[in-house]
Amino acid sequence: MFDISPTEWTAVQLSLRVATVATLVATPLGIAVAWLLARRDFWGKAVLDALIYLPLVLPPVVTGYLLLLTFGRRGLVGAWLADHLGIVLAFRWTGAALACGVMSFPLLVRPIRLSIEAVDRRLEQAAETLGAAPFRVFLTITLPLALPGVLAGMVLGFAKAIGEFGATITFVSNIPGETQTISSAIYSLIQTPDGDSAALRLVVVSVLIAFAALVASEVLARRATKRLHGN
Amino acid sequence: MLRVDVAKQLGEFSIEASFTSEGRVTGLFGDSGAGKTSLINMIAGLLRPDRGIIAIDGETLDDTAAQIHVPAHRRRIGYVFQDARLFPHLDVRQNLDYGRRMNRLADDPAQRQRVIDLLDIGGLLDRRPGQLSGGERQRVAFGRALLSKPRLLLLDEPLGSLDAGRKVEILPYLIRLRDEARIPMVYVSHDVAELRQLATQIVMLRRGRIAAFGGVKVLPGTSA
Repeated sequence: MFDISPTEWTAVQLSLRVATVATLVATPLGIAVAWLLARRDFWGKAVLDALIYLPLVLPPVVTGYLLLLTFGRRGLVGAWLADHLGIVLAFRWTGAALACGVMSFPLLVRPIRLSIEAVDRRLEQAAETLGAAPFRVFLTITLPLALPGVLAGMVLGFAKAIGEFGATITFVSNIPGETQTISSAIYSLIQTPDGDSAALRLVVVSVLIAFAALVASEVLARRATKRLHGN
Repeated sequence: MLRVDVAKQLGEFSIEASFTSEGRVTGLFGDSGAGKTSLINMIAGLLRPDRGIIAIDGETLDDTAAQIHVPAHRRRIGYVFQDARLFPHLDVRQNLDYGRRMNRLADDPAQRQRVIDLLDIGGLLDRRPGQLSGGERQRVAFGRALLSKPRLLLLDEPLGSLDAGRKVEILPYLIRLRDEARIPMVYVSHDVAELRQLATQIVMLRRGRIAAFGGVKVLPGTSA
């Protein structure tokens, strides 16, 4: 039963790579957006807020198709990227990472935003009076104090990215070795006669990954909180 | 020399204050709600006046007519808050060092040791703010502000959150600070006894306006 075939391994490794890249690229952007939403008032804030949460409420197929229209070979952004930077996203694993990043972005941003909002602004003022310019206040006070939220956001985002299916399969299809993640591999196996036991193996693997991510987040968050409050 | 001539509207409440102080310790006296904290927040650069001028030793920090507003982090004005506001994720040593790092000042172990001795906080350096008593926290906050080498030190009711016993514990340090640190201070308080011991000059604030200005004699209950 636990004899995982090379094809299945490829799907598992690809999923891990896609989710890791998606999370690592999305995190700095997510922190910046979370800070903007938590700390700044600007024109169009409500629109930005809605835009970020859109992938959470749109059918994933719609998000995937919109990505294809935008980042596809003939899409507005996709054509430019291909012509000028030689970057092709459609039907590549990098495209899968983009789809996963977009889909998991709301889950990544929310805990970070909440934890930045919870940082006492009076501490930031104190840092200013001690000579810290705004960006250094952010780096030395706000971000370290919001760290448990950042970790929570990263884990949630990672877990969502691992499981993403609809947008990914729409945007980059289901190509073994290139874009076939655990989810799309399970989907294919269920469609195949005699695929049941292989599908079940991948189901067990994905449950294990999700479980490990949640345990890791709990441990990290507890350690970060302990470090922040020193007892 | 500190020159303040500002106006600020805060909801229903307005502040209009003008004074010049040469004193070593300017006592800002008034009941709660008189506008004391808003006034020193303007001096610190944390609050922007609607109109007016703030200048220290001839350097303009705020001049609304000339559209000058030096941001708080470039003012080199230390601030000790009523609630200490130590950084919870840093130990005492790192809290004390924060201002030096942010101002990119050279390390000055002699000065650091002087401040640590003056405030008697040598035994606390490895602790986190969460492990300090209220009085210890406030002493570290004094040290943190002093070590950023400010040209003016603002103290907003630094004893306000402490009980009577703790006040008696801290007051001698403040007197030493005044006599040894050679940094002009603005000391906010509603406690006549505290100001009588510390201040060399009094600005009395009532409902956002200056009600009296002069030596400690202007404090209520002082017989000439």
